[in-house]
Amino acid sequence: MEYLESSVDGKREMSSVIPHHGVDQDENENDDSELKILQETIYDLISDIKDPEKADSLEDLNVVSETGVKVKRLQDGQVLANIEFVPTVPHCTLASIIGLSIRSKLDQSLPKKMKIDIFIKKGTHDTAEEINKQINDKERISAAMENPNLQKLVASCIDPEDT
Amino acid sequence: MYPTLKEHAQLTGHTDQVWCISWSPSGALLASCGGDKTIRIWGKEGELWVCKSVLTDAHTRTIRAVSWSPCGQYLAAASFDATTSVWSRKSGEFECLATLEGHENEVKCAGWACTGNLLATCARDKSVWIWEVTADEEFECASVLSTHTQDVKYVKWHPTRELLASCSYDDTVRLYREASDDWESCALLKGHTSTVWSLDFDKDGHRIVTASADATVKIWREHEPGNPEGIATPDHIPVWKCVCTLSGHHERPIYSVSWCPLSGRIATASGDDSLCVYQELPAEDEKNAPKFELTVRHRGAHAEDINCVAWNPNEEGLLASCSDDGAVKIWQIEKE
Repeated sequence: MEYLESSVDGKREMSSVIPHHGVDQDENENDDSELKILQETIYDLISDIKDPEKADSLEDLNVVSETGVKVKRLQDGQVLANIEFVPTVPHCTLASIIGLSIRSKLDQSLPKKMKIDIFIKKGTHDTAEEINKQINDKERISAAMENPNLQKLVASCIDPEDT
Repeated sequence: MYPTLKEHAQLTGHTDQVWCISWSPSGALLASCGGDKTIRIWGKEGELWVCKSVLTDAHTRTIRAVSWSPCGQYLAAASFDATTSVWSRKSGEFECLATLEGHENEVKCAGWACTGNLLATCARDKSVWIWEVTADEEFECASVLSTHTQDVKYVKWHPTRELLASCSYDDTVRLYREASDDWESCALLKGHTSTVWSLDFDKDGHRIVTASADATVKIWREHEPGNPEGIATPDHIPVWKCVCTLSGHHERPIYSVSWCPLSGRIATASGDDSLCVYQELPAEDEKNAPKFELTVRHRGAHAEDINCVAWNPNEEGLLASCSDDGAVKIWQIEKE
């Protein structure tokens, strides 16, 4: 990977604006605590999203859990959040709406746009694989969020009081 | 020893994510489009890149892709509103000439054949449409191809033949040719393990490069009937085989790939915010086992996902990219 090093070296300006990590012990610890705070923030944000069908929150229904939220850094320093959720029933038809709501809430609420992967927990939905692909396809997400009906549905899950 | 990418210009004006950029055939103009439902035309004034026109009011939803005709007089724009608009600049100004309707939902890409007589579009409705351009500038549907099993993400014509390639959410690439009475799918390229977002032909059109959400790039080679490798070509139809896979360089889906006809370099753009440039190396068996080397990996090229990358067709080493961060950038590859 020598060539990777040489091309990265040529871009000191760029690397200075991207947070570095893993350089020494202190920085490692700082970064770990930063990621931990972010993880908690993300969970706080998604836990009170309302279920599309019921009056309860995703936390009340155990659709999301603290252990289902993981954050890590990509090789270039960006943060990637991995969120796993458990649909209330294995044939839940609104699983993709839950996925869209989680993404929308995070996109709207976090100060900086983050990389987000959202997955249905393995073995908890009949068509998990199919839905997982859909809710992580950025083009399908964009198109879905331009649909006024879906927009309304997602908004009602994110801000139950406003609707 | 290794080249670098130098940011030449940053073009701002779009108010939402930018999905696609396309160079005019002469390389003098760059068209861009995106979530703000506009098309922007950029060109040079002296040494500066400026916005020459903004095309609005043709679409009610995101404009996903733009593509120039080979003569440079027409621009096609594919939109999530299920239509494709065709613009003419023959009068000097851009005017909307036609709005092509037929797809059931989001149109994701549009592309012109080398002759300029055919336009292809593709959509989430899993179909690829081929439109014939008549002498009086009308567009007639010549064929509807429904061979993909999921949404079709991208279409691209062969550089010299009337051969069309498409790639899809069904993880495959398909090629189409005109048979005696209709268009037909004549090749299926299987190998990627997730959505294939983009593809490009090399200069001669004997190879295709594909980019996928599986974070790999694959190079496929055409084997014609009677090929020296002895690869069977049923019905005398050329067979395409994967001859090279490039992996480990992008950490997120690869959304776009461009094969430069001037230098042979391949550029890729990814959801990891980086741009990569590959160069072919001499190899023992260049046909069946080509070697490509990563020569540039420009991390943080944009602040968010990079959706499209394209080499200027006329000025070697000039590259354009666009991103969810709303910016269009122009890069120059520089040798150290």
